[in-house]
Amino acid sequence: MILAPRLEAIDLWFAYEAERPALRGADLVVEPGEFLALVGQNGSGKSTLAKHLNGLLRPVGGRVRLNGEDISGVATGQLARQVGYVFQNPDHQLFSPSVEQELGLGPRYFGLPAAEVEERVQRGLERFGLRSIAQRGPGTLSFGLRRIVSIAAVATLQPPVFILDEPTTGLDWGSASHLMDHFAELHAQGHSVILITHDMRLVARYASRVVVLSEGRVVGRGSPQEVFRHRELLQAARLQPPRIVELVERLVISGMEIEGLTVEAACRSFLTRYRLKHG
Amino acid sequence: MTSLVEVRDLWYAYPALPGVGAQWVLRGVSLQLRAGEVVGLLGASGAGKSTLALALNGSVPQSTGGQVRGEVLIEGLDSKRRPVAELAMRVGIVFQDPEVQFLQTTVEAEVAFGPENLGLPVSEIEQRVTWALGAVGLGEFRSRAPAHLSGGEKQRVAIAAILAMRPRILVLDEPTASLDPRGKLEVLEVIRALRPDHTILLITQESEAVAELADRVLVLDHGQIVMEGDPNRVFGEVERLARLGLRPPEIRELAHCLNRELGVPAFDFSDVEQAVEALGQAAVA
Repeated sequence: MILAPRLEAIDLWFAYEAERPALRGADLVVEPGEFLALVGQNGSGKSTLAKHLNGLLRPVGGRVRLNGEDISGVATGQLARQVGYVFQNPDHQLFSPSVEQELGLGPRYFGLPAAEVEERVQRGLERFGLRSIAQRGPGTLSFGLRRIVSIAAVATLQPPVFILDEPTTGLDWGSASHLMDHFAELHAQGHSVILITHDMRLVARYASRVVVLSEGRVVGRGSPQEVFRHRELLQAARLQPPRIVELVERLVISGMEIEGLTVEAACRSFLTRYRLKHG
Repeated sequence: MTSLVEVRDLWYAYPALPGVGAQWVLRGVSLQLRAGEVVGLLGASGAGKSTLALALNGSVPQSTGGQVRGEVLIEGLDSKRRPVAELAMRVGIVFQDPEVQFLQTTVEAEVAFGPENLGLPVSEIEQRVTWALGAVGLGEFRSRAPAHLSGGEKQRVAIAAILAMRPRILVLDEPTASLDPRGKLEVLEVIRALRPDHTILLITQESEAVAELADRVLVLDHGQIVMEGDPNRVFGEVERLARLGLRPPEIRELAHCLNRELGVPAFDFSDVEQAVEALGQAAVA
């Protein structure tokens, strides 16, 4: 088992342009081994907040702590061993002439022994289905494949914490669910996963906790269930829960005993009741 | 109904890369778009959706080169022989990322750009800009800078810029893929509003949107159309869609899950309303 660190962002302030702060006192705690979804409109500060957790950005006000220690004096390269960031745009992190070399770049930079680097690269190629394109240049691949390469390249670093910034944008559902199942597996091994997404179906299926951002502040937090039920919060952040949640709510209002945020859960829940009625 | 777009047995391969042989990206695609139809085109990454879109204004193969077989007729015109500029007045294509299309510093200039290049009289340009911005609900945004708009607003500007060319056929290639939920809703509203006067090919991975908007659905897989028909029927084939890497609408998945577990086709609902009714009846039966 991996023991992930506890991350804490306290009253963070940050501005790309002085007159328009992107973070206005954001607070966030990521418990070890948590699968957390960060949601909110474009421009609400999700990526900006997440980039503070591994020192890619440094706050103008407030603090970030890793296992209780302030990270302001710790180099970003050092933090990257603890917290891996998968960028929204894969082209911001792909530099190598081949997919295989791209996967080895990080582990080599961290000074791992050659045999270990090689083993991780091979495992990454296998795991993400990249074997057949190992020698291709990342630039010659489709957007979807570049995205998977960029994720595999961070995964070979095996950081205890993964930040996934809209990892499924541009992927079809087959690739997206394959990818997310992979992170669910890493989560089960003790890794923390912070998922930035607009896809509420992913939130319902994978996240154990949701943090809602709006205009640079945290405006809500709770289990997916709690957040999806919070009408004013959803409206304020302009979020729409999955259709299945809408359906389950309607059925509950009509007096049925049914629950579930995903198709599988609602299906099981209904069948329990349905069979009772007919049994 | 007449076909505005007629694609007949279209095969296409991009120019071969060194060391990699030419591969057919489209393999015998035939389709018709009839006047006033909204057709949803679904397909996993790499299925050939965008290539097919570009074939509809002649960019494929005129700008891309490569090998082509078969025919694409746009309002009867052969897309291999007519200049792309001429075809673009009939078929407007909107892409996933609007920013790459922006060249101007104001919304108004962006939308006027196409008509100006047609050499239209100033009054005609002005009228088109006003109409196109009105059609996407951005009448108040004329003097704003495209760079400072939200994702949904940018995509609506991109649609307005295409509308100003007055095409009868609109091809929207993943227009909502990179937008947040609010932006998606805005763009889907615009598509709904454009529907009466345009023939629309909506390329997307978002089956919920297609289920609500499209008259007909096509599914492309490895360059071939493998499913075609009424959205109700196509989205009913939950397992097949999943095998093709596509996400069926959730309400459909629920009906499928229930039927599978019960071992009988007990449920056939396709939206929340129908599901509430059917499940309510079953539960009190």
